[in-house]
This record gives sequence, C-alpha cells and structure tokens, in this order.
Amino acid sequence: MAFSVSREGEVTVVDVTGQLIVGNRQELRQKVLDELRGGARRFLIDFTDTAYIDSSGLGVLVSLSKKIREAGGELRLSSLSEDLRTLFELTKLDTLFRIADSRQEGLEAD
Amino acid sequence: MRPTEARHEMERQLVFELPNDIRRIEDTVEFVVSRCMVCREVAHKLHLNFRVSLTEALSNAMIYGNRRDPAKRVRVEVYVRASSVTAQVSDEGPGFDPDEVPDPTVVGNRSRSHGRGLFLMRELMDEVRFNDSGNSVTLVLHLPETDAASDRAPA
Repeated sequence: MAFSVSREGEVTVVDVTGQLIVGNRQELRQKVLDELRGGARRFLIDFTDTAYIDSSGLGVLVSLSKKIREAGGELRLSSLSEDLRTLFELTKLDTLFRIADSRQEGLEAD
Repeated sequence: MRPTEARHEMERQLVFELPNDIRRIEDTVEFVVSRCMVCREVAHKLHLNFRVSLTEALSNAMIYGNRRDPAKRVRVEVYVRASSVTAQVSDEGPGFDPDEVPDPTVVGNRSRSHGRGLFLMRELMDEVRFNDSGNSVTLVLHLPETDAASDRAPA
C-alpha cells in the first residue's frame, strides 16, 4: 500500500494504492497534515486504486476533513468504486463528504 | 503466525494466533481470504464484506480488547464450508458490552472519527455474535449455493 502526493494546480492530490486501514492510516494522516502545515488548502483524495477501507480509514478521513475545514480549506474524495461507495453510504459518511465520480470532476473549481 | 490447517470432506479449518500488532492485520486478512476462495461466485462477498469485517474484528481485538499490549495475543479460527465462512476472533482483554456501542450513523455521531467498526461488521456480515464476556466475536458469512454445493446436497 502507498500514498502518493502530487499537485494539480492549486489542489493537493493524494492517491491511495491498496488498502486504507488501521495499519497505515497514520501515514496518510501525517502526509496530509504536513501539506496543510505547508500551506495547502484544497485537497483531493483519489481512490481509483484502492481495494478497501476499514472503519479506521473512514475515521481518519473524517478527522482530516475537520482539520482542513478548520484551516479554511476543503477535502474532496474521488473515484470510489461501488464497494467503497457502499461503505460510505452504510455509515452515512456520503452526507459528510463531497464525493466526485472522477478525479477530473474532483479537481474542478466551484 | 503458525497456522494449523485441517481439511475435512466439507470443511476447511484454519487456526492461528497473532501477536498484538496492528501492522500484521493487512497480511493476515489477505492470508485468510486466500484460504477462503471457495469459488468465483463468492469472491465478491469475500473481497469486501469478509475482508472489511475481519479487519475490524482484528483491530478491535488488538486496540480495544488487548489495549495495544504487545505481550498479548489474538486467536483466530476460520471455518470454510460450502455454505458459509465463519471467523472467530478472540482477545485476552476483559471484554465489552456490544449493546452499549452508540449508532455511528445518527446525525450527532457521524462526524466522530471512531466507533464504526462494530456497525460495519453487523452491516456486512450475516451474523455477528459475541461470547458472554465480550472478548470473542464470531462472524458468519452465508455463501450463495453453487452448482458444486447443490450437486452434493441430498435429493
């Protein structure tokens, strides 16, 4: 599993490859918080290559979203598979996040 | 992890113990799922429902049950049958009352960063049972009947 960070215009994009679970959630948290401290405000986490997310992974997304919002920024999610979308719907987290169907849609400004 | 694996005519059994280390969860889940691939028809349920639920059970056991104590261990027993996959995960902690865990989907709880593990297990598995003390959970996933299974069924 890996988290790669890149910049697309003003958006900091994090690609999640493999699983986002209890064993690696802190790595994602640290990478995003480092970018936030460095001045980044618009974030997109892309799940194109993500197999599954557990409750700890969902929890770290909730926590990061809160921190980014408190700093005046925004966290969006994109490219959730049908399985991953099911997890967000079951937990009602689809009501908490802005979820784009594609990476491109997630990158678009309002 | 030194699993013992036994095959009977209609059942495969896998029993092992894990050190209390959350870094072991990912590989453990993949190992168990690889031993549960009964047929392609059930692969999808194993891929999401079972994988996520087993991850939840292991992390609950290590973090909340054994309180991250590296001296403690987690026991895993998996039974694969034509009609179901059952996983029992037990920790060495005092246990808890699963009925006291709040619903993470009510509006006031949705923005919390914890408390979704048990909920996901209950949503994704067909049965979730705890022992009386609450330090052992049994997850059951019923599998759709396959041609091979129905061939073996009595007339």
